[in-house]
Amino acid sequence: MSKIKMTAKVVSQEMIGTDIYSMWIQAEGIAAQTRAGQFVSVYTKDASKLLPRPISICEIDREAGTLRLVYRIAGGGTKEFSGYRAGDTVTVLGPLGNGFPEIAADRHAFLIGGGIGIPPMLELAKELHCEKTAVLGYRDAQLFLKEEFESYAKVVVATEDGSVGTKGNVLDAIREQGLTDSDSVILACGPTPMLRALKAFAAEHRIECWLSLEERMACGVGACLACVCQTGEVDAHSNVHNKRICKDGPVFEAGEVEL
Amino acid sequence: MIDTRVTIAGVELKNPVMTASGTFGSGEEYSEFVDLSRLGAVVTKGVANVPWPGNPTPRVAEVYGGMLNAIGLQNPGVDVFARRDIPFLKRYDTKIVVNVCGRTAEDYIDVVERLGDEPVDLLEINISCPNVKEGGIAFGQDPKAVEDITRQVKSHARQPIIMKLSPNVTDITVMAKAAEAGGADAVSLINTLTGMKIDIHKRTFTLANKTGGMSGPAIKPIAVRMVYQAANAVKLPIIGMGGIATAEDAIEFLLAGATAVSVGTANFFNPCATVEIVEGIENYMKKYGIADVKELIGAVR
Repeated sequence: MSKIKMTAKVVSQEMIGTDIYSMWIQAEGIAAQTRAGQFVSVYTKDASKLLPRPISICEIDREAGTLRLVYRIAGGGTKEFSGYRAGDTVTVLGPLGNGFPEIAADRHAFLIGGGIGIPPMLELAKELHCEKTAVLGYRDAQLFLKEEFESYAKVVVATEDGSVGTKGNVLDAIREQGLTDSDSVILACGPTPMLRALKAFAAEHRIECWLSLEERMACGVGACLACVCQTGEVDAHSNVHNKRICKDGPVFEAGEVEL
Repeated sequence: MIDTRVTIAGVELKNPVMTASGTFGSGEEYSEFVDLSRLGAVVTKGVANVPWPGNPTPRVAEVYGGMLNAIGLQNPGVDVFARRDIPFLKRYDTKIVVNVCGRTAEDYIDVVERLGDEPVDLLEINISCPNVKEGGIAFGQDPKAVEDITRQVKSHARQPIIMKLSPNVTDITVMAKAAEAGGADAVSLINTLTGMKIDIHKRTFTLANKTGGMSGPAIKPIAVRMVYQAANAVKLPIIGMGGIATAEDAIEFLLAGATAVSVGTANFFNPCATVEIVEGIENYMKKYGIADVKELIGAVR
């Protein structure tokens, strides 16, 4: 595998929720070697914004050589991306990080996404061949990507305002429906408080658990040491209790990291 | 045939382009994008006598035309560094400059002594990191302290030493002269400028460390000015850095008086920046019929 920095063509751009956008880009070299859970660095055209924006990969179409990026407008950079239209160009670097692990066919995978952590779970839902339940946590009734998950997994929804599904967060939904047993494996992406709660839940019930973490990044390739997370053991590379989210992650076995 | 070689403290670099400490790891991550053998030198991330965990996150923030960082000199310690990173760099035809950090004079001395028998070409002594509470910048803002730490490190170092100076001072020439008086073989400048960013929505500091070092294209005019001032104040060779992203930027520093340049933050937005700058300098020399890159050094007075 090798990382590629390239100028990709925007295939389509669509708003799928308040400030949530879905952009397909033509990026053969990257699409051919990307797996679920990896991410790309996306560069702005505004030269006053230096740093690439790390964005998770929502879907991969290897045949068409395209990637789908679903992102939330969080500032000027993502605002710029949301203005791109089909035919525009966008500079990307990827694939970055390591994806989710392979899950054996006799397991039951719980794909848990919270907010803008939902998108990377869609490609994972497509790729896994075991029994799958997607637990998706939203703010309100804007259930972006939910219907697409239904093609690949049983879907359970939690909303913060209680407008759809369980009122509360993904863990409330899991508890309410008694979703897990010892064959289960949790794979999750979302805000840190959610991941922290899942880590504790998985430890309590002795469930295998993989978490995709997020942090402010600069280089995206493991050189600058900006996006570290704390680890229980001394990491072989850093020789301290830190791992690099961009290079060693973003997916970690829950027991490995301190949240 | 153009000659791009430059010499710093008796060490000949094939060209004046180096990496800036802390932006390039020990080269491994960027070896996927550029041939390290094309570079004049690789300057490593700062290394201390023992492992340092660095600061809490968030450690970086973007600002207009630049960024702030407060990594806090996370490093694996000199033993792991010498066992793993030096052999990696030895596979390439480039010079190895090790950036050395410490909290006390003894820390710096410990590192340079342990590197004495290693195949390291130059040592860059970081007395200008704004992100650690002890050592770092504390040595770099007082001329007596600069001269003293320079003299102590020099007396224990087997390789030539480059003192890396802080721009967070009233007069850079005073610090450059202090390094020269202490026996430095070269100086490098500028390290980052201390900055701050506040998140108005969360009403908190953007960086966990509150302050961070500012780098990137926005600081370049300050760096060029300081390199020019230092070049006119001391006889030591100067390694110029601060916002270099293109060959044109690098040439400005050479003209201001730098013998070599370091490329830092640009690596984050252009992983191929270093080699593109090497090629751009060659093209500039051909365009203007400059046979020897040394003709450019300090040519604007």
